[in-house]
Amino acid sequence: MTVEVGRSGRVRPRNSRRELAIWFLMRLTGLGLFVLVLTHYLILHVFHDPADQTAQWIGQFRWNSTFWRVFDWTMLMLVLFHAFMGMRIVVGDTLGGPARTVVMWFLYAVAIALLVMGTYVVLTLPNVVPS
Amino acid sequence: MLVRYRGGEGMLAWAFHRISGVAIFAFLVLHVVDIFLVGVAPDVYDTLLGFYATPVGILMEWLLGAAVLYHALNGLRIVIMDFWPRTAQFHRQLWYVNWAIFAVIGVPVTVVIFGQFARSMGWSA
Repeated sequence: MTVEVGRSGRVRPRNSRRELAIWFLMRLTGLGLFVLVLTHYLILHVFHDPADQTAQWIGQFRWNSTFWRVFDWTMLMLVLFHAFMGMRIVVGDTLGGPARTVVMWFLYAVAIALLVMGTYVVLTLPNVVPS
Repeated sequence: MLVRYRGGEGMLAWAFHRISGVAIFAFLVLHVVDIFLVGVAPDVYDTLLGFYATPVGILMEWLLGAAVLYHALNGLRIVIMDFWPRTAQFHRQLWYVNWAIFAVIGVPVTVVIFGQFARSMGWSA
């Protein structure tokens, strides 16, 4: 039986354990992000108007709770993996030779910067006590 | 180009997945930086928030929501087809199911975001 190939993802890698692990993790993080990101958008863009979400508001309401800080940090970890491994596929399909290497090192540097910045702010932002 | 080159739903599903993915990536970089600013430079963050709340900012917020919702639903379609290969023969039908769910969720969300747009235009309080 011929099955028409209509998947818009990448064919499961067969020759490399590392590529296969990334392939699995891409789908696993995707499932996690399906829940986390849609919940995030629903709460912060539908239930609340972003126009009200000042720095003060975030300290006072959004991050005045360990639960939401853990939620957001977990989402950050999943999305950094998913986004940068996704970009790796896009760059691999688009660029070759030294350009690919240079762009990928640049992207990995951005990924580390975002990891540090996001982790720093989620750990250090003080809870604002309403005056 | 997207319609003529080989074409078909599978090709379009792939192209939209990639375009939405790169667009979400660009916003992700901006968003982690802006939340970092909440901690180190709250005034700069609040200024940027002022842009997010303009009509152009809200249009981009709406497009971001559409990109995220498409990418999420089509990603689920990819996972289903990858782990249950026999479902791949229904890839077209699955794509149309995606669009049905996209519309069912997207219409009410659009109504809410249009409310934000009306507020930014001064049409409502």
